[in-house]
Amino acid sequence: MKDLGKRVLAGDVRAASRLIRNLEDQITDTYIAIQEIFKETGKSHVIGITGAPGAGKSTLTDELIQAYRSQGKTVGVLAVDPTSPFTGGALLGDRIRMLRHAEDPGVFVRSLATRGAMGGISKAVGEGIHVMDVLGKDRIIVETVGVGQQEVEIINHAHTVIVVLVPGMGDEIQALKAGLMEIADIFVINKADREGAGKLYKETMNMVQMSRDRAGVSKGWQIPVLLVESVMEPHKFAESVEKLRDKIEEHYQFLIDNDLISERMRRKTAAEIQEALWGAVMCPILGELEASGEMKRMIDHCLLKETDPYTLADEIACRYLKEESDKESCAES
Amino acid sequence: MAQRRIRILLAKPGLDGHDRGARVLARSFRDAGFEVIYTGCHQTPEQIAATALQEDVDMVGLSCLSGAHNYLYPQVAKLLRDQGADDIVVVGGGIIPDKDILPLKEAGITEIFLPGAPLETINDWIRANITPKE
Repeated sequence: MKDLGKRVLAGDVRAASRLIRNLEDQITDTYIAIQEIFKETGKSHVIGITGAPGAGKSTLTDELIQAYRSQGKTVGVLAVDPTSPFTGGALLGDRIRMLRHAEDPGVFVRSLATRGAMGGISKAVGEGIHVMDVLGKDRIIVETVGVGQQEVEIINHAHTVIVVLVPGMGDEIQALKAGLMEIADIFVINKADREGAGKLYKETMNMVQMSRDRAGVSKGWQIPVLLVESVMEPHKFAESVEKLRDKIEEHYQFLIDNDLISERMRRKTAAEIQEALWGAVMCPILGELEASGEMKRMIDHCLLKETDPYTLADEIACRYLKEESDKESCAES
Repeated sequence: MAQRRIRILLAKPGLDGHDRGARVLARSFRDAGFEVIYTGCHQTPEQIAATALQEDVDMVGLSCLSGAHNYLYPQVAKLLRDQGADDIVVVGGGIIPDKDILPLKEAGITEIFLPGAPLETINDWIRANITPKE
């Protein structure tokens, strides 16, 4: 497919999906299309939804799409599911919950596999957001894989992070741990008609009150804890999710009013530059090491304890990264 | 470095709630190293075509056990053609009488897999016939 950048700018859905795919497949020169669209990005409000597997992220996303559509806003969704570490295959099933929006031109859902990324999202999510942004989606929802405690990379991409909790996942100590529980701008306690929801609510509220002045970027924001229940009663469920939508909007407005949005944008951009550097610097080096067989030799040497990974990394850094004038000192040391 | 991965949309058109077979296939595709998007049951051809475009798949696999394949399968192929996506291969499976196979193929369904088709046969067919796009 030619002229991907231009076609995306013209609103071509399949070209947009292809561009995301080229990034996933690491097709050479894909960055040219990103260069073309980059100037047009930065208009959408990006919402991250994260939580344990089966917590109800996709079902919430579906209802949230509805809540935004009822206000006439367009929505892009990037739904991430895990890649098999053994076969490289993936079963992407988040769409099953979002079927009713399939034909709505105001909604674009794209499923992504993690492809080995460990942070709860895929490497292509950052660019996927740009693509949705350029298509003019007012809100972009990123649904992470089902996460545990540590997969918090969504904070580098979303303006507003929603952590979905469900009753029965552990005692109060879990709520005090670092990682996932720290990143929420909004907590949702889903399936709140289940046993243990009241206890979870109290524990979460306790934790939230202690973190009101946290060092994070939403300083001063009072993190709401919303109870969502009655998924079997569509009307009530929709009402709960409309409240969630209003809180999301309130949070975004808070970021703007308190000039916090620029801090988030800086962090997002820093992460993106790092990602691009990885692609431009590390990938070619790793590719060369693999192709020449040196990687294999290095692994052998390490296993035999003849050297160690740090010495090897230093040698390679010397070879590739140092200025010509520094190379002599490298050789000496 | 570049490595195209085969993307497949597995869909169940029409009023048919029996998706055990489709789920087994989804799992088998995953294990074969493909990325498979599964939609669940009760899809209209319009929903399936729209999803195929949004997901930029190489192949759409249709499963229907209710007997409505003669209408539903060609309709999906037609909608894709109408939207300039005739490069997306459409295949079908399910309870399909032998006499229906030729007309379905003429209507744009590239291959039909009948009950009892071994999973490996289907995976091998995909590897041989589906080339991810440039």
